[in-house]
Amino acid sequence: MIPARRILTWLAVAVAVVVPVALAATSPLLQWRDPVYIAAGFAGIGAMALLLLQPLLAGGVLPGMRPIQNRRWHRRVGVLIILATAVHVAGLWMTSPPDVVDALLFRSPTPFSVWGVLAMWALLGAALLAGLRRRLRWRWRIWRLAHTSLAIVVVTGSVVHALRIEGTMETWSKAVLCGLVLAATARTMIALRIWAVGPVQPKE
Amino acid sequence: MPKAAVTRRSLLISGGAVLATGGSGLLVPARAKGLAPTPSMRGGANNYRAGAPIVDRIGGGGFWMTGTVRRAGDGVPLAGQRIQIWAHTTEGHERDPHSHGATLTDGNGVFRLEMPQIVPAFGQPHGHLAYDSEEFETVFLRPVMRRSSDTTLEAHFVLQPA
Repeated sequence: MIPARRILTWLAVAVAVVVPVALAATSPLLQWRDPVYIAAGFAGIGAMALLLLQPLLAGGVLPGMRPIQNRRWHRRVGVLIILATAVHVAGLWMTSPPDVVDALLFRSPTPFSVWGVLAMWALLGAALLAGLRRRLRWRWRIWRLAHTSLAIVVVTGSVVHALRIEGTMETWSKAVLCGLVLAATARTMIALRIWAVGPVQPKE
Repeated sequence: MPKAAVTRRSLLISGGAVLATGGSGLLVPARAKGLAPTPSMRGGANNYRAGAPIVDRIGGGGFWMTGTVRRAGDGVPLAGQRIQIWAHTTEGHERDPHSHGATLTDGNGVFRLEMPQIVPAFGQPHGHLAYDSEEFETVFLRPVMRRSSDTTLEAHFVLQPA
């Protein structure tokens, strides 16, 4: 790839990840929240932004990245998303325990919590599959289909969760980020033909 | 051949008629047996602190929580009923004691309490109200504001004698 295009691609990804977080940092709601609540919110926003990187790394579309680097970074970013989600839930729990308990028990009055909790469990499932991949000894393509199926739940759940919340994220940057995450996920799934679980076809 | 007492056509016609009159407000099924009590809302009791003091105003004010309290059955307005109110506002979180206050209904069963502006928290701009005294059964409400820029929010109680 020519250097200019390589730089532009990375720049676009950086903008897509940083802008929604930066705009959320200007939210007027922040002045009426204490630090723990603010941290919980930004952990969620950060997880959403990092989620964009996962399909890009899995699909190997980021310029200058070798396959082994893609795989390592996919793993690292995955761990970061889990940590961010943990901070998100813990921070919200410290801010308002009954609201988080309601969400975790699927009895919350807010329609977005159920999507967030669903995404959280799918995230843990996808991570568990990644951690146990060697021990499970599943056929590679079966494992990949299971992992990506859970990833679809993570992405869909997180997007609906984020879009229905009236919070610190700026409306347009949130919508664009959600659209990009969906598009990147769909693109990678199609490019990798994740539904093809049969024996590997030799390339012509 | 035995005829069905209710045919599909008669069911559709009578059902449609009930829907049409009910929808237009002409048919009020609860009136004969009485006004139904308000059920508690999901999450209504979250961050409730029993015994919030009766106050003239919560904090600096600027936002009005209003509503009515009536008796189930005959719908008579209830005077002197204590309604407790709390929310995440510009002056504090839901859990903060100073975000809580209570007021009494007037002779017409109407209550009005000024409080700081409610701001979105946990994804929705919402308030909490409680009726939690001896005479009637406890009810917790959690109304959501249509827009976070709204400066009023209302909630109505129909209470069941305990």
